[in-house]
Amino acid sequence: MEAWFEKLKAEFELNFIKGNRWRYLWEGLGNTLLITFLALLMGVVIGVLIAMVRSTYDKTVSTTPHKTIGSRLFGLLNGFCRVYLTVLRGTPVVVQLMIIYFVIFASSDNGVLVAALAFGLNSGAYVAEIIRGGIMSIDNGQFEAGRSLGFNYVSTMRYIIIPQAFKNVLPSLMNEFIALLKETSVAGYVAVQDLTKGGDIIRSRTYSPFMPLIAVALVYLALVMFFSWLVSKLERRLRSSDH
Amino acid sequence: MTTDPIITVHNLHKQFIGGKVKALNGVDAEVRRGEVLVIIGPSGSGKSTFLRCLNLLEVPTEGTVTFEGIDITDRGVNINLHRQKMGMVFQHFNLFPHMTVLDNLTLAPRKLKNQSRGEAEENAMRLLKRVNLADRAGAYPNQLSGGQKQRIAIVRALAMDPEVMLFDEPTSALDPEMVGEVLDVMKVLAKAGMTMVVVTHEMGFAREVADRVIFMDEGLILEENTPSELFGNPQNPRTKEFLSKLL
Repeated sequence: MEAWFEKLKAEFELNFIKGNRWRYLWEGLGNTLLITFLALLMGVVIGVLIAMVRSTYDKTVSTTPHKTIGSRLFGLLNGFCRVYLTVLRGTPVVVQLMIIYFVIFASSDNGVLVAALAFGLNSGAYVAEIIRGGIMSIDNGQFEAGRSLGFNYVSTMRYIIIPQAFKNVLPSLMNEFIALLKETSVAGYVAVQDLTKGGDIIRSRTYSPFMPLIAVALVYLALVMFFSWLVSKLERRLRSSDH
Repeated sequence: MTTDPIITVHNLHKQFIGGKVKALNGVDAEVRRGEVLVIIGPSGSGKSTFLRCLNLLEVPTEGTVTFEGIDITDRGVNINLHRQKMGMVFQHFNLFPHMTVLDNLTLAPRKLKNQSRGEAEENAMRLLKRVNLADRAGAYPNQLSGGQKQRIAIVRALAMDPEVMLFDEPTSALDPEMVGEVLDVMKVLAKAGMTMVVVTHEMGFAREVADRVIFMDEGLILEENTPSELFGNPQNPRTKEFLSKLL
């Protein structure tokens, strides 16, 4: 028992203390969080835009009998969004990441930003469908009530539909964020030193895989448990304000 | 009441996309300033579609709707400006559940008429007192009964100070004991001279409050008369059949 404990301590010192190797994990964690937050921000912007186009098309253009140039252009925009969703949700995020890093931004050496861009584009596709679901779940009577008072389409969305939809999808958005946090662990494929890559670097230096990889897993687990706890708190609060 | 028409409808047709039958088959009608026009008819007769065409919630496939002298079916017209003058009350109330009663009433006047919060709230409280709901100003819609919700929905539309009020079966979703309180509010409104178009199954209300009654079936107006004439001495065989089934 004593010997086992001593060995563990030596392993710990070798992997984290010696040569300040813990810094690989610390800096990696910083990059992981940075990529996740930037990607989330971008994902929400892209998601809201696509969701607006898609639900506007479903609500108005596809149901009006008159086909004008405007509605045809909008149909085209809607088609473009559908292609975007199909491609981004139909291919692995690692492949998208490598295409963006090695093909599209081959000349860039800012891996963190490129990774954030790749995950943001990918996340946008999922967020778009979450938000569209939220918008379409709002009873059409709400929309008609807004329009009958004299609000135009955009104002009705802004004051009446989006606030209700957003409240409904907030837990789903938070779960998307949690999924995104874990997904960024493949950023190491494009030489970004995120949390996972940090642990892997330590492993490659010390030839001792157990400690660094378990440590990486524990950090992810702690983060996910923390954010999940936030989501459940949020859900409870939303439910209690559901009058 | 004058004979001056506020809304004139000409040759209105409506075919829903994918729908087999036409909801409206060429309707001509007019709404006169200050009158209460009640539309009755069996379900599927097109009466709700007709009402929803008046403020273009449904876009007619053919025909025109002229409101205060302007053809609002013209695609160059900004319908939002005209809708501000046409209040609408729905069967299912459609109050905004994420806002308090007071915010439900003040949202449109503040955003569309640039009223200050104080001005809009003062006006809203005055309206709430009129329907005896001033004490519920801070409540959320889901804390209210059906009758209360519909009274709030009526004053929400009134807060925009409309020229005409459209009622789409306002009591059909209510428990029977709550129908009276809503009809009472509508009666007071009618007495005050509001122009009203009401689609309803409440024949008692039509008989008592209406200036004119229209009977619709299969997307057409089959008969149009004063309530005493239409209920007492119906001419069209379909009207006779419909009214006899009610009794």
